[in-house]
Amino acid sequence: MFGRLVYESFRRQKRRKLLAGIAITLGVGVATAMLAVATDIGDKISRELRTYGANLIVTPQEDTLDIQIGGVDLKPPSDGTYLNEADLPKIRGTFWHHNIVGFAPMLPVSVHTGAATNLTLLGTYFSKRLIFGKEDFATGVRITHPWWKVQGAWPDDNSSDVLLGESLAARLGRKAGGEIEISGQPHRIVGILSTGGAEDNQIVAPLALAQQILGKPGAVRRLYVSAMTKPEDALARRDPKSMNPEMYDRWYCSPYAASIAFQLQEAIPHSHAEQIRQIAQNEGTVLSRIKGLMLLVTLAALFASALAVSAAMATAIFERRTEVGLMKALGAGSISVAALFFAEALLLALIGGVVGFAGGSLLARQIGRSIFNSQITIEPVLFPVILGIAVIVTFAGSAMAIRRAVKFDPVYALRGEA
Amino acid sequence: MSSPPKSALINRRAGKPHTSMFLRMLMRAAVLRRGRAASALLAMVVAAAVATAMLNLYVDVQAKLRKEFRNYGANIVVVAKDGQALPADALDKVNSALAGHGLAVPFAYVVARTSDGQSVVVSGTNLDQVRKLDSWWSVTAWPNTTHDALVGARAAAVVSPQSKLFDLTFQERIIHLNPAGTLRTGASEDSRIYLSLNDFVSWTGVQPSTIEIASSGSSEEVDALIQQLSQALPAAEVRPIRQIMEGEAHVLGKTRATLAAAAILIIATAALCVLSTLIGWVFDRRRDFAIMKALGASERLISGFFAAEAAALGAVGAIVGFGIGVGVAAWIGRVNFHAPVVPRFNVLPIVVVGSIAVALISAVIPIFLLRRVQPAMILRGE
Repeated sequence: MFGRLVYESFRRQKRRKLLAGIAITLGVGVATAMLAVATDIGDKISRELRTYGANLIVTPQEDTLDIQIGGVDLKPPSDGTYLNEADLPKIRGTFWHHNIVGFAPMLPVSVHTGAATNLTLLGTYFSKRLIFGKEDFATGVRITHPWWKVQGAWPDDNSSDVLLGESLAARLGRKAGGEIEISGQPHRIVGILSTGGAEDNQIVAPLALAQQILGKPGAVRRLYVSAMTKPEDALARRDPKSMNPEMYDRWYCSPYAASIAFQLQEAIPHSHAEQIRQIAQNEGTVLSRIKGLMLLVTLAALFASALAVSAAMATAIFERRTEVGLMKALGAGSISVAALFFAEALLLALIGGVVGFAGGSLLARQIGRSIFNSQITIEPVLFPVILGIAVIVTFAGSAMAIRRAVKFDPVYALRGEA
Repeated sequence: MSSPPKSALINRRAGKPHTSMFLRMLMRAAVLRRGRAASALLAMVVAAAVATAMLNLYVDVQAKLRKEFRNYGANIVVVAKDGQALPADALDKVNSALAGHGLAVPFAYVVARTSDGQSVVVSGTNLDQVRKLDSWWSVTAWPNTTHDALVGARAAAVVSPQSKLFDLTFQERIIHLNPAGTLRTGASEDSRIYLSLNDFVSWTGVQPSTIEIASSGSSEEVDALIQQLSQALPAAEVRPIRQIMEGEAHVLGKTRATLAAAAILIIATAALCVLSTLIGWVFDRRRDFAIMKALGASERLISGFFAAEAAALGAVGAIVGFGIGVGVAAWIGRVNFHAPVVPRFNVLPIVVVGSIAVALISAVIPIFLLRRVQPAMILRGE
């Protein structure tokens, strides 16, 4: 009998049920989309923050002091020790290699061209294909230094073409497509580079060319690494040497800037890795602010959709006072009337919850694609959570209305005196 | 029963027949059906509050986040051309152009020699301001007396491994320095030694060649500032630090876009909630509608009555909701950014107009549906 009552109620009041169902579906959809975006926003913004460039730097362990003013190196380039280029692909073998977005080696050498002496030529990777194990990947300044802009084309990493810094090009009167003589050899200028930094006054070339000019094959002066890190907390600030083994494991297995630096140091022999504090320290605060903001906004969204669902349920039940009156006049108890309404609400919540979850996931995907150009991953655990929330909110929204409907005197209800 | 004379009553009623009755009906409808009217108003208030909070946040988030982004340090740099010193009034000019919306810090550089003949870069600057500008500098202790130096971590290993007093030579002039603190940044600062500008100038006689500026304005304001400074300082090169500017613009844009998407979703949900509540409310009063019609009220009067009721509800709900929404936004600002979100009153008209529009739509739909129904059918309870 109970099942039939519920079934008939759905069959005969299609329009009303549809309205309540739509409200639940929309509410759940919005809640799902916002929760999915909020849980994934940290990852997305962390990736966007990589536009600030490298946050880790690897230098030779026994390095001499930099003599650098305003980005211009005053040290004789032959000075100091070097990293070995052959060690670089090993970065892919570290524990946190998925968090490492890219890296770029740098090798400044001093060159002369015609009348202009004491110019700096910076050797680096632009978008170099490297192989580690079975992996084949590309890395270089186009990933680690996204603010570098080139007029013309980027040189090929295996060529001996060069980029000319904007100010230097203006001073020498060269354009993209021309030629330049570097230390006695002619090279093609494929593009003009603009960085807003010291490179505007330099020649930027593939790493192999710089090594050839220096006469040290495989030499790398510095290595810039761009990695997605976890904001620093109390554990990250501790000295790893003073930790007990359990804490050390936890530290080692968290993507803190410091622990990734430590692993880079392990991967590359005779190296010293350090976080670039300007970038590494600040992204944590920016990230936590944006995450916090989205969390609070998601709470607002949950609140608004809960309200929409309860409003729809309350209206739907309020309209059925006559029905309640009739049931009570026929001898139904308050409990069985309430049970009927709750069963209907449960059914509505489940159907609306499933449809809303599907719609909300699509919405979240759309948001991810249009804003971040990447998929927003929807955690499977979100599904039971969303269904649970939908049922609770629908029950809570119905409870007041059901209580009032059940308390109403059947005589008045049947006479139509609401 | 002492009723006034009949003629006087007729005269009074003839004076303002419609308005007084109209207002009375509006008032009575609100007072007599308190429960339902209150729940409709509540829905309205909550929706307006949520909309206000979201719009306020959306407008203000840029200013709030920009403050966080200024922790990345300078976004403009002024460099003297060809290794010269900047004109003496350069810093004053920069400060007057900034007008308090940012920070400008001068830097002077020389290459000095340590007692064992190694080269090291020494910089003179205003250390108190650097502390504010470059908040990521990890410093063991900031120098506070003369001849105290802030020594970069890598420079420290060279000049004073045991934190002892050390000497530096520049053009035959010697300075004795006390390594008050160690500096660690992970960049070229680690290889430098920082002094207060007074110590530096009296030792070397070299004036600042660089001014780093952190302007807290929007990207257009920063561009304008660069233009202004280039004209004021023809002897220097003024350029934006693209790394910082572009990163900031990028992250800010993405955040605002996400927030906009969230705001649209939330406001649409809230509007929907109001719509369904108000439609239920008006629909519930089909008896009033039928009685009015049976007593001979014109269609226009009834529509006007329900519309006026909805508009009043929308306006009251919007204003109360605006107050609450501003409070919610301020709370979010305090919790998340440690600074309240400033109420934006230019959001108020949008919220009021939007609320009234939603209320009117939700009044018009049921009236449109009821118009075709005979009053007798409604009154019979069918």
